[in-house]
Amino acid sequence: MKILVPVKRVPDPATTIRVLADGSGIATDNVKWVINPFDEIAIEEALRIKEKQGAGEVILISIGQQTWQEQLRTGLAMGADRAILIRSETPLDTLAIARAIAKVATDEKPGIVMIGKQAIDDDSNQVGQMIAEMLGWPQATFASKVEIAGEKCTVVREADGGLETIAFPLPAVITTDLRLNEPRYASLPGIMKARKKPLAEIAVDSLGVDLAPKLKIKALNAPAKRQAGRKVASVDELVEVLHTEAKVI
Amino acid sequence: MGDVLVFAEHQGGHFPKTTLVAVNAGLEVARKRSGNCLAVIMGEGAENAAAEIAKFGVSKVIVLEDPRLEHHLADAAAQALASLIKSTGAETMLATATAMGKDLMPRLAARLNAPMASEIIAINDDGTFVRPMYAGNALATIELDGPVRVVTVRGTAFDAVKPTETAAPIEKVKAELDPASLKMEFVSFNEIKSDRPQLTEARIVVSGGRGLKSGENFKTVLEPLVDEMGAAMGASRAAVDAGFVPNDLQVGQTGKVVAPELYVAVGISGAIQHLAGMKDSKTIVAINKDEEAPIFSVADYGLVADLFKAVPEMVEAMKKIKH
Repeated sequence: MKILVPVKRVPDPATTIRVLADGSGIATDNVKWVINPFDEIAIEEALRIKEKQGAGEVILISIGQQTWQEQLRTGLAMGADRAILIRSETPLDTLAIARAIAKVATDEKPGIVMIGKQAIDDDSNQVGQMIAEMLGWPQATFASKVEIAGEKCTVVREADGGLETIAFPLPAVITTDLRLNEPRYASLPGIMKARKKPLAEIAVDSLGVDLAPKLKIKALNAPAKRQAGRKVASVDELVEVLHTEAKVI
Repeated sequence: MGDVLVFAEHQGGHFPKTTLVAVNAGLEVARKRSGNCLAVIMGEGAENAAAEIAKFGVSKVIVLEDPRLEHHLADAAAQALASLIKSTGAETMLATATAMGKDLMPRLAARLNAPMASEIIAINDDGTFVRPMYAGNALATIELDGPVRVVTVRGTAFDAVKPTETAAPIEKVKAELDPASLKMEFVSFNEIKSDRPQLTEARIVVSGGRGLKSGENFKTVLEPLVDEMGAAMGASRAAVDAGFVPNDLQVGQTGKVVAPELYVAVGISGAIQHLAGMKDSKTIVAINKDEEAPIFSVADYGLVADLFKAVPEMVEAMKKIKH
């Protein structure tokens, strides 16, 4: 089975994000770029499915500039078979990204599109669900367990107040949550091999999908900073101030 | 006329606070767009729930009827809601960014070819919205173009709507579904049972981090404090990652966002991702043995101490206050 894994390039989660004074974006001068952590979980799950089935292909796909090749190479070093970079010099909104990926999925015909539940830069949590609708496929969001038996898939989902289990036939879109697995590191031989793995580039305009932005970011502002309070010396003092000063207990 | 349709999520007829928040935000959007605010409800117990939500200031409640909507599966729910939006001519579809809202709304947006803003925290007079990005380190002003738009709201950013004297009319609508295209099937729901308040509704939240060292210590050390304070229990991503507690308790960028009266962070270092989920709490307390821990930079009251000593002491001190 082919598994298509969309991968996004995001600032390292440990990076301190600073909004530019003119509100046009964030400062990127000291940013280290990584694979979106939830997409790493998606790559890992795709690799495990392939390993378990003993056959198949894991294809990474990304939409961005040439530099995005770095994250695709990292994913290839983890063990993915090949990668597709849809070149877009300008950022696209979630609908356009989903349309572009859905178009490639229509051509590649994967059994699963496996994608992180959200990207940790824009925190939208939209693209997986949108791809599913555009393809008319079932969706299993926030997956913490994936089981495949033939053409049938069962997923345990992280819902509010508990775990929901749903079942559906493949093909389908699965979005990955934190507890699904622990992604592997790229090994040194893996990194060597990754250099020779195919990485195809497609111009986004050649896909023939509607890319017109419907969501526009008009401005970006830094939030008000919360001020640090004070230290207390003991538990007794803490409980005392919560009772008499903050009046919360 | 910019009518708003609010997705009224319920659990077997009971409304969580997050739904009352969505109604309030829906009423605000409707006011600013000179439209009406309607509520839509589906699933098991929808009829009772409709009678309940009708008392909260909406102009009409629509019950979408079809047995295939019982479990709110995304493919069926998106179809039914998309048809309803077209037939009502609503401009804005709005839900709270709960797990269900996050699951359903993007699929609906794609079906409507409508742009979507996730987890908004403010509604501007000019029709734009404000939403956090980069774990709350940036606030974006968002414009959504087109005749229809989809929005989820952050549950902590708006107040719950208050009940009114009168009740809105209730209309039952048979859901429009294409059965052949529905492939998702509900198998089971494994509820995490707890007598404690829900994380997103609690007045006090006590959260534990990696400093607790084990799931066992959550039980023996943290839980007595949680219960003595009548609090909900939360956890950092690190504690969930380490397998100490279920993901359902995770507070942060990729878990739940909370803003209680009092948030007590125990053994939590305070990574950006955690702060994103609790920094709007009214009063924040941090207990950590590392005085350099970033959590102290947002805490109103910080106690540098070994949690294994401080937490049991705090349980005793709480008992004294009560008596």
